[in-house]
Amino acid sequence: MQLRPILSSLRHHKLTAFLLILQTAFTCAIVINALPMIAYRIERTSTPSGVDEDCLSLAYVSGIQKNVNQQAQHATDLDALRRIPGVESVAVIGSGMPFKGGENSYGICPSASAMQEAMSAQSFDKTDCQHPDVYNGSPGFLQVMGLHLVQGSDFAEGDYSTGDVPTAILTRSLAAKLYPGESALGKTMFQGKTQIRVIGIIDDVLRPMLRDAGQDHLVMLWPQLPDDTGSTYLLRSAPGDRERILNEAKAVLVKINPNRLVPEAYQRTFAAVRHKYFQRDVTMISLLIASGLGLLFVTALGITGLANFWVQQRRRTIGIRRAIGATRGNILRYFQAENFLIVSFGIVLGILLAFALNLTLMNFYELPRLPLYYLPMGAVMLWLLGQLAVLGPALRAAAVPPVVATRSV
Amino acid sequence: MFAYYLDLAWHSLKRSPILTALMVLAIGLGIGASMTMITVLHVMSDDPLPERSGMLYYPHIDPLPKDYPSQSEWGNAADNMTWPDAMALLHARKAEHQAAMAGGSLLAWPARQGELPFSADGRYTTADFFSMFGVPLERGGAWSSFDDQAKARVVVLSHTLAAKLFDNEEALGRSVRLGDNFYRVIGVSKDWAPQPMFYADPSAKGGFGKIDQFFIPLDTAADLKLDSSNDFTGWKGGGNTGSNVDGEYKDPSTSWLQVWVQLKDAAQVRDYQQFLYNYSAQQHALGRFERSPDLTQLYPMMDWVSHLNLVPGDVKLQSWLALGFLLVCMTNIVALLLAKFLRRSGEVSVRRAMGARRSDIFLQFGIESLLIGSFGGVLGIAIAELGLWSIRQRPDQYAKVAQMNFSMLLLTVLMAIVASALAGLLPAWRASRVAPALQLKTQ
Repeated sequence: MQLRPILSSLRHHKLTAFLLILQTAFTCAIVINALPMIAYRIERTSTPSGVDEDCLSLAYVSGIQKNVNQQAQHATDLDALRRIPGVESVAVIGSGMPFKGGENSYGICPSASAMQEAMSAQSFDKTDCQHPDVYNGSPGFLQVMGLHLVQGSDFAEGDYSTGDVPTAILTRSLAAKLYPGESALGKTMFQGKTQIRVIGIIDDVLRPMLRDAGQDHLVMLWPQLPDDTGSTYLLRSAPGDRERILNEAKAVLVKINPNRLVPEAYQRTFAAVRHKYFQRDVTMISLLIASGLGLLFVTALGITGLANFWVQQRRRTIGIRRAIGATRGNILRYFQAENFLIVSFGIVLGILLAFALNLTLMNFYELPRLPLYYLPMGAVMLWLLGQLAVLGPALRAAAVPPVVATRSV
Repeated sequence: MFAYYLDLAWHSLKRSPILTALMVLAIGLGIGASMTMITVLHVMSDDPLPERSGMLYYPHIDPLPKDYPSQSEWGNAADNMTWPDAMALLHARKAEHQAAMAGGSLLAWPARQGELPFSADGRYTTADFFSMFGVPLERGGAWSSFDDQAKARVVVLSHTLAAKLFDNEEALGRSVRLGDNFYRVIGVSKDWAPQPMFYADPSAKGGFGKIDQFFIPLDTAADLKLDSSNDFTGWKGGGNTGSNVDGEYKDPSTSWLQVWVQLKDAAQVRDYQQFLYNYSAQQHALGRFERSPDLTQLYPMMDWVSHLNLVPGDVKLQSWLALGFLLVCMTNIVALLLAKFLRRSGEVSVRRAMGARRSDIFLQFGIESLLIGSFGGVLGIAIAELGLWSIRQRPDQYAKVAQMNFSMLLLTVLMAIVASALAGLLPAWRASRVAPALQLKTQ
């Protein structure tokens, strides 16, 4: 295919061709920048939590009187909840849980000297101490959550109390952070004035809120019994039973003590907890995809519209070319090549714009540098779009009969 | 002449309905998407109290230790005030009005026996709150600073909460149980919900869609150790963040309160700045403040609102996306209009040959672009309303207030017309350059 005639014909339509190039470039720049944002958010929303998500439901009940013996109430509730058919196990848990949001963190130090250092500096930064989140609950809460012990042992029944804890279990990540290069098992940690012995290590579990990648799994488990006026019961069952069990749990809890609030919004499966946590990301994903598709659609409209116009304008020229021996294929390919050329210019300009846009966005938001492999992706997308948009007008051009050349307009 | 061009434009648009529809659709989509986001940004950073915002100020002093991080993930601890500082500012009475406040959530017990209580949001504050912010009172009145000192067990209820608790019966003078205590209802306010809730804790993020249902004297709340929903940040002993524990309320190294003052003119503002500086310098001299008194600031209300940075990053990003979308749509329309106008070069040269000036041609095509823009604007309103409706379905707090008002409606149409006029500028100019003779010759 000869490009020279195409170029010289485009020179007669400098302004329109330039506008088309500009539009392709804008679309290309925006789409290339939107792609990694979509990818990042999809990756974020599929972060595994480390608990048995499909089997868990949470029932929340809040007391309205003070001076209630919470422990006795918990025992009664747990006993009744356990009897609901389909409930495999149940525990009352503290406020921490993956994707529940909020923060329930404590400063903890691997040694007495690190504790001293942090105390005198009045800050945990730049010391060996960490600020992990704490998950706690009634006996057996590890099994209900589905956490896997990889070293050491579970808490003993006698470890559980409402006060300071003697022992803790750490995630692998936290253990590695506190005691790099050695086994954390059996070590004594310092939290304020209390000393806590590490008796076990579990596989990583997420914190209630996502942080930086290095901070996401800093969690320790405490054998501390929840003692607040509001209690969250974590129920384990087969995935299909969860909705029914939540309904029955609500009825059971109200029956045991009607002087309590069981807010509808807080009786939910773990899937619902996860869904709520990522709602904004899901919105953003759909918005980004919708506006990306919208842009491509509008660009395709522009290409089709202009190509149509050019075909009509050049009917006589096409007729003449056909009359002196050009085949339908020649005409078709001419328009396809012309589109390819315009879109290619647009892509080159678009890639430059994409970098500029990325740099600007990086100033305003914590965005990473644009990964290079999105460039060919965006380019291929626009080439395909251009060819698709020009196909109709090009076919119509190819259908122009040679006899047009002999007619006056 | 205008009517004639309008008629010409109408005929021209009718001749190529598909192309016209495409252009109207493109403008409508671009304007609709942009207006959706502009409306969201507007309601999130709008002036919540237009008639008073010019007089309200947020004093800012920095009691933090030298090495304490000024800006953490959780915000700046000095954005809130400690109890002793707040009380010192209140008792100095250097402003027209001054009030300290904090948010709280309590269980509200309906008057009828046997009904279960429900959770209600409210505010613990001092007497001047009502006159300073102009809270409209329906019945009864606010409490006095004497009640503040006496730690009186009194409450002002919102209209909605009063109606809910007392079954639409008279609430004034009756006793109501909030949390574990009883209060005497001394006033009922109209439902008053400035958006954003500028006076709330910075961590409340503008409190969009929320409304204060009750008001209790701050001293009473402190006396009864009521739970507060404010952020408590202490900087003695490692800097723990969390909710209040006994004793933290009045702790000189725990910040949690908001203080607002009303100042009547520039002189008073200057005096107040001086007063804040002197107070900080004095605390500095006493050794309580480690940082320089130069850090004190007096934020005008709207400056404080922008300091709170209420617009989430996602929403900003969406707005940029919408503007980018509009840009592409505009380029698209410029190209299509150019093609459309140039296709009519023959018509233009005839008109030119018959004596039409370049400006006439320019005007003719300009009016055609404006007509397209007006249609696009109407479509844009529909699309923006649809976009806002879908935003209101989101669970985010700000989503609930995403509404278009009349001025935004007007702005939409205006924007569409300006956009189409801009888009039509180049094509109309290009068409007006068509030479009269040349076109006729080739025909």
